[in-house]
Amino acid sequence: MTQTSTPATTVRTAVRNLEADVLVIGGGPAGCWAAWRAAQAGARVVLADKGYVGTSGATAPSGTGVWYVPPEAEARENALTSREALGGHLADRGWATRVLDQTYANLEQVAQWGYPFPVDDAGRQRRTSLQGPEYMKLMRKVIKQAGVKILDQSPALQLLVDDEGAVVGAEGASRQGDEAWRVRSGAVVIATGGCAFLSNALGCNVLTGDGYLMAAETGAEFSGMEFSNAYGLSPAFSPVTKSAFYRWATFRYADGSLIDGAGAKHGRSIIARHLQEGTQVYAKLDLATDEDRRHARAAQPNFFLSFDRVGINPFTQQFPVTLRLEGTVRGTGGLRLVNNGCATTVRGLYAAGDAATRELICGGFTGGGSHNAAWATSSGYWAGEAAAAFALAEGAHAASRPAQGAGTATLAGGGRAIDRRGVIEAVQQEVIPYHRNLFRTGEKLTDSLTRLDDYWQALQQAGPADTLADQARDREAAALVATARWMYRSALARTESRGMHKRQDSVGQDPAQQHFIHSGGLDTVWTQAHRAAWHTAPQAEAVAA
Amino acid sequence: MIELVSSERCINCDLCVQVCPTNVFDAVPGDNPVIARQDDCQTCFMCEAYCPVDALYVAPFAEQQIIVAQAQLEAAELLGSYRRSIGWGIGAKPAPDQSFRLLRGG
Repeated sequence: MTQTSTPATTVRTAVRNLEADVLVIGGGPAGCWAAWRAAQAGARVVLADKGYVGTSGATAPSGTGVWYVPPEAEARENALTSREALGGHLADRGWATRVLDQTYANLEQVAQWGYPFPVDDAGRQRRTSLQGPEYMKLMRKVIKQAGVKILDQSPALQLLVDDEGAVVGAEGASRQGDEAWRVRSGAVVIATGGCAFLSNALGCNVLTGDGYLMAAETGAEFSGMEFSNAYGLSPAFSPVTKSAFYRWATFRYADGSLIDGAGAKHGRSIIARHLQEGTQVYAKLDLATDEDRRHARAAQPNFFLSFDRVGINPFTQQFPVTLRLEGTVRGTGGLRLVNNGCATTVRGLYAAGDAATRELICGGFTGGGSHNAAWATSSGYWAGEAAAAFALAEGAHAASRPAQGAGTATLAGGGRAIDRRGVIEAVQQEVIPYHRNLFRTGEKLTDSLTRLDDYWQALQQAGPADTLADQARDREAAALVATARWMYRSALARTESRGMHKRQDSVGQDPAQQHFIHSGGLDTVWTQAHRAAWHTAPQAEAVAA
Repeated sequence: MIELVSSERCINCDLCVQVCPTNVFDAVPGDNPVIARQDDCQTCFMCEAYCPVDALYVAPFAEQQIIVAQAQLEAAELLGSYRRSIGWGIGAKPAPDQSFRLLRGG
């Protein structure tokens, strides 16, 4: 139903008003699974994505591994133990086991939907990887068939809250036509992905922390935002941050001589230090066997696309590489979950996929690739199920309660609109350089926070841009600033090195800091250590990664 | 980033406008869509994958614009090469995903 009313964020625009039980914001794998599960449970579901459901997010343009382990005791045990030390002993076996079980079941469902899994020589389907374009095209089809109403090209601007602070919907823009939308719902699932700070990592420029900001404005909390400095290897010219094949790489100087100690997994900091000093690093995938070379192209077609288009054979010719910031996309921090249904600390608000913390299964080591894919399908499933149950129990009256927009930065101030480009470049200067974010020190974190806090104050005073499309983009810039502040405050609070968080001034793992760092707040960002029930295991010494 | 909407091939279906995750194209009534916000292109190649007539070309450069010539791209069989490689081209069949033969994904 379409009618005209006055949204909180603009003076006078036509508003498309919709009512649903569950609103899902973000249409990557986690959002699609949440929407599908909620619809299965009998909920009326709207799914809004700022791009297009099927191409949007980090998965769609990629191939991804999946943490898919059959329920066999030894295989499961190996899967659980393999990353415990790397993750700094922060992950929980209970959550990891739930994810393995749910992923196993969900990929069976994907097979039944007709996804063309490859078949091995023994005639068995192999379900340990998914091709992004095919997977997400299928998910779009499946959720449409389940009755989910999809809003493409429809960035959310802010969440709506009732008088008691429960989340009861959202409003946003339809950016192709500059129309407003407003969805009243019994529950909202945030599935907007992580934040990669517009670093041009593959498919990641839509991942700007929008959901973090919206959720924090309603009081939601974070966990693990210090685990936010993942960098992905890519050709220097290209966005393709598919790092799996660099296990075959040797790293070299321009003249072809080998760089001592540089490697894709354990020698990454050596690559970063060279790049930081202005020395171009080159890679050649010459450790690949003939068989590897034969299968690689059919495993990740887009990995080769960049090379084919510039006429480089990456197995025999060296090419320049860089490390692109993937932030919390491959990092593990995100919205804090308080129960098995992926509820946040705010009534009516749920989180799934990279928008939520993945410390529960990965600790402080990268969730990139297969763990994130397993987490997306599992947490999406649980969030959709729990949000539907909550909304259906609330009943129809939820939609009739008075509601107001919770958005602040760039929406509520009385000043002029922000210089968006300037804000984005300023925050990138704080989070992209390796000497600030990869090689962290208390001094540099504090230095960055001084400026980031100033940027935030300016955003609070800024008024909305003239068009809804520009308002949505200003909100992205605001989300980048907010995300950087939660990251660096959390990084300051962890005065040790653990997982991907490396403090040059606190080398080594401190057994007393086997805990999560929770964070939140807008004008004043707070952090708090939280020791979970499972944070009791005796710890090994720091693990170099 | 996106460098070409081929006027010879484009059928004005505007699918690229619909599917671009960063809203790079604008539809033009009765004409080919235009690249309206090239700076926003994230070089994800998804528009190429969805284009039914291989009218689009995304150069592999994330930060740099280049000039492309359609004749050269055609000679090098680059128009539609991504769509073919994922098995979405006309008459194409995807090569089965061989990831499982290559250790773990990443």
